[in-house]
Amino acid sequence: MNTMISYRDAMREALREALQRDARVFLMGEDVGMYGGSYAVSKGLLEEFGAQRIRDTPLSELGFVGAGIGAALGGLRPIVEIMTVNFSLLALDQLVNTAAALRHMSGGQFHVPLVVRMATGAGRQLAAQHSHSLEGWYAHVPGLRVLAPATIEDARHMLWLALQEDDPVILFEHAQLYNVVAPLAPDAAATVDIERCRIRRAGRDLTLVTFGGMLPPTLAAAEQLAQQGIEAEVIDLRVLRPLDDATIGESIRRTHRALIIDEEWRSGSLAAEISARIMEQAFYELDAPVQRLCSAEVPIPYAKHLEAAALPQPATIIEAARRLLGKQEAVTG
Amino acid sequence: MNPLPYAREQCIELVRQMLRIRRFEETCAQLYGEGKIRGFLHLYIGEEAVAVGAVPALHADDAVVATYREHGHALLRGIPARTIMAEMFGKSTGCCRGRGGSMHLFDAATRFYGGNAIVGGGLPLAVGLALADRMQGRQRVTACFFGEGAVAEGAFHESMNLAALWQLPVLFCCENNLYAMGTALDRSESQTDLCLKAESYKIPARRVDGMDVAAVREATLAAAAEVRSGQRPVFLEFRTYRYRAHSMFDPDLYRRKEEIDAWKQRGPLHALTNQLRAQVVFDETDFQQLEDQVSTELREAIAFAEASAPEPVSDLHRDVRAAARPKT
Repeated sequence: MNTMISYRDAMREALREALQRDARVFLMGEDVGMYGGSYAVSKGLLEEFGAQRIRDTPLSELGFVGAGIGAALGGLRPIVEIMTVNFSLLALDQLVNTAAALRHMSGGQFHVPLVVRMATGAGRQLAAQHSHSLEGWYAHVPGLRVLAPATIEDARHMLWLALQEDDPVILFEHAQLYNVVAPLAPDAAATVDIERCRIRRAGRDLTLVTFGGMLPPTLAAAEQLAQQGIEAEVIDLRVLRPLDDATIGESIRRTHRALIIDEEWRSGSLAAEISARIMEQAFYELDAPVQRLCSAEVPIPYAKHLEAAALPQPATIIEAARRLLGKQEAVTG
Repeated sequence: MNPLPYAREQCIELVRQMLRIRRFEETCAQLYGEGKIRGFLHLYIGEEAVAVGAVPALHADDAVVATYREHGHALLRGIPARTIMAEMFGKSTGCCRGRGGSMHLFDAATRFYGGNAIVGGGLPLAVGLALADRMQGRQRVTACFFGEGAVAEGAFHESMNLAALWQLPVLFCCENNLYAMGTALDRSESQTDLCLKAESYKIPARRVDGMDVAAVREATLAAAAEVRSGQRPVFLEFRTYRYRAHSMFDPDLYRRKEEIDAWKQRGPLHALTNQLRAQVVFDETDFQQLEDQVSTELREAIAFAEASAPEPVSDLHRDVRAAARPKT
């Protein structure tokens, strides 16, 4: 029987499972223990697993991410939590110059089985230093696998798969998803992988490609489009590196139109990469140029109306989709 | 003149190792001039007493994390000269299959974790290696070498704090050669007392004459034992000097010749050799024997590197990620 569970609780269950199943696993980060996690993901785990395995760190992102890399080299399977992607920039050196490079740079002698989790994205009026979406920065780097669980199933089951990797994995949890509640099937683990996209909604008229926090508004937009007689296919990327070109290409060959919805800034975004790949592999299948809907190119502002205006919304997704289909007349009702 | 620090044979071995590094580095410079070695090349000439005193004072299962000036440490740890040379030649027989070069020597067999070319980059790594030992109940030491330039990096301070806070078995070995590239310590640090910085994190710290190989060895033996048994970090500052420029691209405009000459007077290789000559039976023939041993090893290393095949381009993409993911 399905149980109703929040994304936050699903992540916590994933952590608990990992800590129970593998003695090498430990969680390390700012306020993961006594405080319970800045987004309350790890609440209660300190009491259950103790301070050795639920390890509060000082505010030293570079230091504790590097220590996670060292601990992984030393035979453990660390999960390092960084409060937000903005703070991860303080640890970028260790992630890019060491974790991602070490296997290759050492000629295959050393590898870094490390999972780094971090919150990402806007929508909580946290302004320009807690709200950005920089997933594409990490997806740029060879040596990393980058995951963006957007559903309850993925939140619950991607982590264990990430921990089976022998190389670093970055896992993005969109802050807007933590409170989402949805049913979780007992056998959901069998349906989760960390390889492929998922088609979250089938459709014939156009393909909406998205990931992470943009999945719910994109699905909402698709439902409204359906009421207008437009059937949109919605692809949830899930795995941002390596990209699953095949699934995207197959969808384009069915729908012949693509709109990419990406909370990152448009310039140099994942949306840009996906757009280029669609051009490369399915150019002659396209009935219209690939379109992108991204965040406004401003540091995310605080005021609610400004923040909302900076982000893709169901209404703007619908508008962009209709424009792509050549239906630019005003929508009424 | 001080008495010999150790028995004759042990002193000769220390001289031999210092000579081995000196000649290895001189050969690298020559091969660089011939275009056989490319990229950045940082020589350890002048600083040999630090690695020769410190690295063999560790246990075989301890870990070493070093910097981009690490040929000497790698040799002493037991990475064969031939695979280091082949690495710098970019050959498939190099210790990193030609992917690392001079600045990125690694060796799993001897727990040699680089070869780090980000200043301060190795410190958090050392903290993590020690954390893993601590959490898994192993009595091992992680020795982390870094230059005094690294103390200006945030990574240094974050690592000092973590190692002290969690009482981790890290031996911090600061090789203070007084210049971070061309920037003298007192031109970059408001507080030039490096031990004080470590002590401010409640880490025991000692200043050691890095030009005295026996002093380095004794300090390292004592500190490593303290780290191993006490399960806490110790900081050693080795005062040393590099005779050569920072790298092969450095015109060395920031130091006076008199300063370099003054340090050369204290050269560790000369000092111990002269002591041997004065105090025991050790003459020019004995020294020449060491030269011959070193020379043979080097000639063999170069021949090996020359004869080795380059890493095939078809293997360019190997070792970016694991070849196959294990299934659960």
